[in-house]
Amino acid sequence: MIPAPAFLTNPERFMAFSRWAAPMFGAIAVILGLAGLWLGWSAPPDYQQSWTVRILFIHIPTAWLSEFAYACLASASLLSLVWRQLLADAAAQAAAPLGAGFTLLTLATGSLWGRPEWGTWWVWDARLTSELILFLIYLGYMALRASMDDEIKGARAAAILGLVGALILPIIHYSVYWWNTLHQGASVFRSGGSALAPVFFWPVILMVLAYTSAFGSLWLVRIRGEVWRRRADAAALRAARA
Amino acid sequence: MSRFSTLLARETALAWGRGGGPMVSVGFYAGVATLLPLAIGPEPARLAAIAPGAAWVALALASLLSLDRLFERDYEDGALDHLTLSPVPLELTCAAKCFGQWLATGAPLALAAPVAAIALGAPLSLTPLILACALIGGLAFAFTGGIGAALSLGARRGGLLTAVIVLPLFTPPVIFGGGVLSAFLSGLPWTAGFVLLCAYALAFVALGPLFMAAACRNALS
Repeated sequence: MIPAPAFLTNPERFMAFSRWAAPMFGAIAVILGLAGLWLGWSAPPDYQQSWTVRILFIHIPTAWLSEFAYACLASASLLSLVWRQLLADAAAQAAAPLGAGFTLLTLATGSLWGRPEWGTWWVWDARLTSELILFLIYLGYMALRASMDDEIKGARAAAILGLVGALILPIIHYSVYWWNTLHQGASVFRSGGSALAPVFFWPVILMVLAYTSAFGSLWLVRIRGEVWRRRADAAALRAARA
Repeated sequence: MSRFSTLLARETALAWGRGGGPMVSVGFYAGVATLLPLAIGPEPARLAAIAPGAAWVALALASLLSLDRLFERDYEDGALDHLTLSPVPLELTCAAKCFGQWLATGAPLALAAPVAAIALGAPLSLTPLILACALIGGLAFAFTGGIGAALSLGARRGGLLTAVIVLPLFTPPVIFGGGVLSAFLSGLPWTAGFVLLCAYALAFVALGPLFMAAACRNALS
């Protein structure tokens, strides 16, 4: 009935699995990240962007993760809502601050790149705007969870909101593009859409893999922490009743 | 059907009569429309350039106002429990609530929208379009807003939370409506944005009640 292997649904087996999986993903992230950074530092300056191009090696992975983390959050929300999976709920809860953090990093690195390249920290370009709205959706999700006294009700309400967000994000994405094309202007800043040269392509790919692995590691650690917290709460409740 | 119309009459009367009803929303709307020229400066040319957009954004903000009472009132006095026991599906009850909200505050706000836009310097020829946009956009605001209101049932500081949840959902109708009005004013084709606004409103009239009902069942469980 539950479309997931036991090490992801059974808390005991998940704890045993994540105990070695979390450090393993962390180690993979460090190795890939070091390789990506080394390739990135040895890459020649771009003929238009000069050394600023190096910001993209950390900007592209965070941008990918800001959306990947939401996909994880929405899938975990669906699992927790439909199959009442407690671990899935912990996973959705753990993914939200990570996703919000990566979204904030995307906005920060993007504006650091935009200052020398576009001459401005911020433009109301379609991509920037939809990233900002994604950040607001993460904030709303975390705020809803934080303001519910009843934890189970809060979890289910947050899961419903996670699914509403998954429904609305593509609509927001396309509406913002529609708005952008209607108003013109920002298309000047588009980088031409040309494919990356191999010398930039490989560091980007390595960094994307490294960041994804780091996200996996952090996510597992946060889920573990959430499982421990719930066990502690349950133990405290038992102790109070005894 | 008669059950649904009874519910709709009840919800409209509640939204109209309790806590100021449309007066609060329209008063807030007039207040925001008054503050804008005070902040931006009274030059007619500058105001006219932002008039339709400002009137539209103020409309979205004013539709947030009465949302927090949409489900909370019935949740607190136990009426929501009774409504779940009725033969009418909870989804339909939620839809009736949002339609009532739209009739009692969305429609009066839509009537006030052309007045605010013209006072800010929009041309008189914009009146029919902004009225139509405000009526349809108000439907989208009511049904997306209802999702936020239902989700924040039982939360501390529910009203503020509703606004934080709902504002991202308001972005597509704000974009489409604002785009329609500015395209009309600059003589560009505006029907595409208008159709998208209608599509968004209809999509949430259909889907919103499902999410609202799920949130209400969760709050009552």
